[in-house]
Amino acid sequence: MSSSLAQVGAIARRSVVRTARQPASVIPPLVFPVALMIVNAAGLQASTDLEGFPTDSFLAFALAVPFIQGALFSTMNAGTDLARDIQTGFVNRLALTGLRDWALLVGQISGVVVLGVFQAIFYLAVGLASGVEFESGPLGIVVLLLYAALVSLAFGTMGAWLAFRTGSGETIQALFPVLFVFLFISSMNTPRDLIGVEWFQTAATLNPVSYMLEAVRSLIIEGWDAQALALGFGFTIVLALVSIPLATHALRTRMTRT
Amino acid sequence: MEAANGIEVLGLVREYKKGPRAVDGIDLTVAPGEIYGFLGPNGAGKSTTVHVLTTLLPPTAGTARVGGFDVVKEGPKVRGLIGVALQEAALDPLLTGRDHLRLQATLQGVPKDRRRMHADELLERVGLADAGDRKVSGYSGGMKRRLDLALALVHMPQILFLDEPTTGLDPQSRTSLWEEVARLRREEGVTVFLTTQYLEEADVLADRVGIIDQGRIVAEGTPAALKAEIGRPSVHAIPHREEDREKIAAFLAPFGEPLATTRDVAVRLRDGLGLTDIVRAVDANGVEVVDLELRAPSLDDVFLAKTGRTLEGATEEADAEEEQKRVR
Repeated sequence: MSSSLAQVGAIARRSVVRTARQPASVIPPLVFPVALMIVNAAGLQASTDLEGFPTDSFLAFALAVPFIQGALFSTMNAGTDLARDIQTGFVNRLALTGLRDWALLVGQISGVVVLGVFQAIFYLAVGLASGVEFESGPLGIVVLLLYAALVSLAFGTMGAWLAFRTGSGETIQALFPVLFVFLFISSMNTPRDLIGVEWFQTAATLNPVSYMLEAVRSLIIEGWDAQALALGFGFTIVLALVSIPLATHALRTRMTRT
Repeated sequence: MEAANGIEVLGLVREYKKGPRAVDGIDLTVAPGEIYGFLGPNGAGKSTTVHVLTTLLPPTAGTARVGGFDVVKEGPKVRGLIGVALQEAALDPLLTGRDHLRLQATLQGVPKDRRRMHADELLERVGLADAGDRKVSGYSGGMKRRLDLALALVHMPQILFLDEPTTGLDPQSRTSLWEEVARLRREEGVTVFLTTQYLEEADVLADRVGIIDQGRIVAEGTPAALKAEIGRPSVHAIPHREEDREKIAAFLAPFGEPLATTRDVAVRLRDGLGLTDIVRAVDANGVEVVDLELRAPSLDDVFLAKTGRTLEGATEEADAEEEQKRVR
């Protein structure tokens, strides 16, 4: 029987290789969030004139969005791939080997995390190349990449849970717009304290995605904001702590080998 | 059980929720180094049996031991002994053949320094040496089946389960797969549990055959013994004119029991009668026939004798039922 580490590595490698061989899984998570950021930055630059707006560059403000949006794409791709494995019987093939249940989940999520960090480096490079200054410096970049890994872990595990639970790629794709609603009713385009519509401000305040965005944003435009980082890391860790047991349980139910 | 790599099944039952019993109390024994053919139409319970024996499904009742290990209580030990090629090849179209072998070898615990050489050997053996670095999306059905077999052999299993391994293959691919399975038994002493709906496959390959219908084993033995049980040959006449069919059936009736066929008129001959008696009768009745053939009993005759249906007819019935369920 192979070591658990070798099993995790083999599953993670497959996850990365198969994603890298699908341009449709690689290009949209890179291009669409950046395109949306550029469009928003061009159209909403005037927002920076509002009193209390934390920066005079909307591009710097908006750079946080691709990190979360890319993670949502990763969730959908990871979930859809896993659901396809269930539908085609590939999970049965894996179940017939000495693969440990948890090694499948950890390997799959490790692949998602690797891709998530790769995406984060790309967004960061686009931002820096566009003249965005990174207020928290090189250490902030390290923290940002760690946070991108954590976000990928949390969202990727949620995608895995949906895949094991439903076994249907179509269902996961249908849920994708719901996840995007969370992004759009957050502080994505405006700081929460400057949102003028009351119900929107309440929704954005209750929405954990706002705090994820604000953690990334704080590193870019403010430097070191302990509260923003604590809330961002905190909500993401909670999401991971909820997703991991759900995904583990759903995996055990799905892999019903004796 | 005498040796480690046999299979022993007693009173095995598998029920699905709100469904019929897919497997309804089967008993069977497969000796070490034997090729056991599990023959039956679609929906007979073949794949469900394989899923239970390979630990993918728990049985509802009964016991099964594979390689001396209980499939319920000792699942990981069973999985360590067996190689499995399920009905759906379940390959990743984005990975190459070599990627698959590498993944499977790692998960099966093949030492790292042997993985590459082992993959080369297996690709060579199944005739995929030149295609090993191509993505599976470009493989034909036969190539996918051969890769599936190579994957099942990665950890050199003592017992091999092949679930309809040649369904949908062209005759050449089918023959080469049969040769490899026969070689595995002959040279490596591998025990093979093979399900099939092809009579010829069971006849050519299996040392013993179990015929399953509606979840029950209706006959079991060597192909020769099963056919000998039926004993008498059958005569098949193809009328020159379709309107002569009833007339032929009428004058053939005294020669034996009629057989349900669609293409010709056929009877299972009574003892002591031969083809010459039939030729005389055809002549005497002045009916023209395109072809008159004496056939030795086949496994299809065994299936017919035991179930009242031909294997082909039973498969068509099962397919129609499946289609109806799908439409509903």
